[in-house]
Amino acid sequence: MSRNIYWCAAVAALLGNPLNVFAADDNGLQDIRDQIQQLQQSVAAQAQAVTQQPIRSSAGPSSENSFNPAVSMILSGTYGQLKQDPVVPATGFAMNANNTGYTRGFSLKESELSIAANIDPQFRGVGTFSLDPAGGISVENGFVQTSALGNGLNLKFGRFFSGLGYINEQHSHVWDFVDQPLVYRALWDNQYADDGLQLKWLAPTDMFVEVGGEIGRGLGFPGTDQNKNGAGAGVLFAHIGDDIGIEQSWRAGASLHQTRRVDAVSVAVPDLAGTVSGVSNSFTGDSQTAGLDFVWKYSHNGNIRERYLKVQGEYFRRKESGMLTYNLDTSVAPPPGTNIAGNYANTQSGWYLQSVYQFMPTWRTGLRYDRLDPGTASVGASIAANVISDYSFNPSRLTWMADYNPSEFTRIRLQLAHDNSRQGLADNQLFVQYIMSLGAHGAHQY
Amino acid sequence: MKKILYTFLLLLSGNVHAALNIFACEPEWAALTQQLAGNQASIYTATGALQDPHQVQARPSLIAKARNAQLVVCTGAELEIGWMPVVLRESVNSAIQPGSLGNFEAAKYVSMLEVPTRLDRADGDVHAAGNPHIQTDARNFLPVAEALSKRLIQLDPANTAFYQQQLATFSQQWHTAIAKWEKQAAPLKGVSIVVQHKGFPYLNDWLGLKEVAELEPKPGMEPSAAYLGSVLSDLQQHPAKMVIRAAYQNGRPSEWIAERAHIPAVIVPFSVGGTPQATDLFTMFDDTIQRLLAGLK
Repeated sequence: MSRNIYWCAAVAALLGNPLNVFAADDNGLQDIRDQIQQLQQSVAAQAQAVTQQPIRSSAGPSSENSFNPAVSMILSGTYGQLKQDPVVPATGFAMNANNTGYTRGFSLKESELSIAANIDPQFRGVGTFSLDPAGGISVENGFVQTSALGNGLNLKFGRFFSGLGYINEQHSHVWDFVDQPLVYRALWDNQYADDGLQLKWLAPTDMFVEVGGEIGRGLGFPGTDQNKNGAGAGVLFAHIGDDIGIEQSWRAGASLHQTRRVDAVSVAVPDLAGTVSGVSNSFTGDSQTAGLDFVWKYSHNGNIRERYLKVQGEYFRRKESGMLTYNLDTSVAPPPGTNIAGNYANTQSGWYLQSVYQFMPTWRTGLRYDRLDPGTASVGASIAANVISDYSFNPSRLTWMADYNPSEFTRIRLQLAHDNSRQGLADNQLFVQYIMSLGAHGAHQY
Repeated sequence: MKKILYTFLLLLSGNVHAALNIFACEPEWAALTQQLAGNQASIYTATGALQDPHQVQARPSLIAKARNAQLVVCTGAELEIGWMPVVLRESVNSAIQPGSLGNFEAAKYVSMLEVPTRLDRADGDVHAAGNPHIQTDARNFLPVAEALSKRLIQLDPANTAFYQQQLATFSQQWHTAIAKWEKQAAPLKGVSIVVQHKGFPYLNDWLGLKEVAELEPKPGMEPSAAYLGSVLSDLQQHPAKMVIRAAYQNGRPSEWIAERAHIPAVIVPFSVGGTPQATDLFTMFDDTIQRLLAGLK
């Protein structure tokens, strides 16, 4: 293109050059005519060359197929071998969530379909749908995130995993173990998600400092998805993180969660009388949780392709206080000894510490220790003879895993655990798991 | 009191008009930006030459640095797809999002090699836009420098004359250096080589090297002992003069082949800082060519 311009400039210069106009003799004129003819031929040739150049077609498809979002699918399954029945909850945590997700024998685990794209210059949308092996599809995540709010602000709305803790936001296909730590299972029903809003602010500092707040309906445990106006649950969190040299990086965080639990029913709760198969209790009261988390990663020369070491831990402490209705019976004529209400307050806590070491490319091994403390409850006089206040037992578990990752999209894992979370029911667990992802798989978080 | 207030405000305002805050994804772009922007830029490099740029985590420090950046300079062509999209999203910096003035992809300004005819993960870790390791051909730095300089001028028009001067100086020095390198590398024309990872098509294209085998069975896959064995027997039919790898790669596969095929294992810096001699763009190519020539002997 620029050569064309030079040629045009040359022609213009020659034609415009006053000296040529004054060439008097015929020879000179003929020379000039020859020159002009040559120039004309060159220009014509140039023009032809330009038109003969293949025009890079930048026209995209004009069908409704354009602007396809990133679609990806996670396929995963396990083989499980468990000595004890997973249906029994951790001792002291019968009024918590107990969805282990374990199955004995071969089982397809949830398949996850994820669709993400920019909606317009200001918003980006992500939908993650969980396909239950037993049938049914649920919305695990369905949220919209702002892209251009400015001033370090990031707004998310819809259904999303809360920013509390460290691994709460990580989808199950990136977990380092087949299951979540005991504290997550018991206190957050594995992973806390809510329908609501999240606002995060990233400080303009050299060190990573982020603070955020969420309000939502209180969809996930310990929330009780109430029929009420306004917010049912709130979260506050703060994260800081930085590098140490080129080989180490870390992130630390603190979080707070608050919700009101209304008519939260738990079944099969053991009582002081030793009722066979336990009783159903209902709790209404406030729930406040505080948590601390940290993660530290090390890699020689910062090259995580070769080897890396990751150590992380989280601690959560939950205070609940309100009214407990012992031995719930909703039948028309409940017999005596049922529906006895009384004050109930308890502080439960739990923590885990885990480490994953990639000792050579594609091979990793990990070790995790879990511990829970059911606390000693303050039980009102009316129910003190029935409701267990002190279990005198701290559930714990030790888990080891090794996984093979031939590519970023394939993971095959062997996991062994010695589970002491149920008093007198020491369990040995073995899992073999595969996790594969296909499609446009986006980048993962830290 | 006023003095304290003004000092406080100055500290808060940070770099109001001083240097451009630049976030470079890889050291070669940091080095190029340094050449073109001199002291008008405060440059942060996200990765080191000893890190595999395909596998980097979107860690907190990268997000914090990107938050304050006015320009990100990366290779593009999906080289950083494993981490940059998260860094850019979490940084909530609208100035550096893809498509905006503050987002510079070097690969857009060079002719890409090895553009795949089909996109299938069965082919390994392929990049749709072509092989992203454009920095191994010194000639590629010229169109990238020109485009980067234009971008710097767009972002900081007050210093246009300075940037133009820097570009002119760099171009002149680089042209001279390319001529020198091509002369030095004349013995390398037509030399057969084995590569550990398909990271060298631009180097081969420039210096006339012939790649006869790769140690990775498919791009991104770790070489297995069985595969290395088959490469070794192939080499008996089609011998090579040396096996080359980037400084960030694990030496074991290369050394295995080198020992059994009786050829030298050569490490090339691949980026600025990959070897102690490769301290800037010029010495990076000086060292690359020296090491390749040493491998010939």
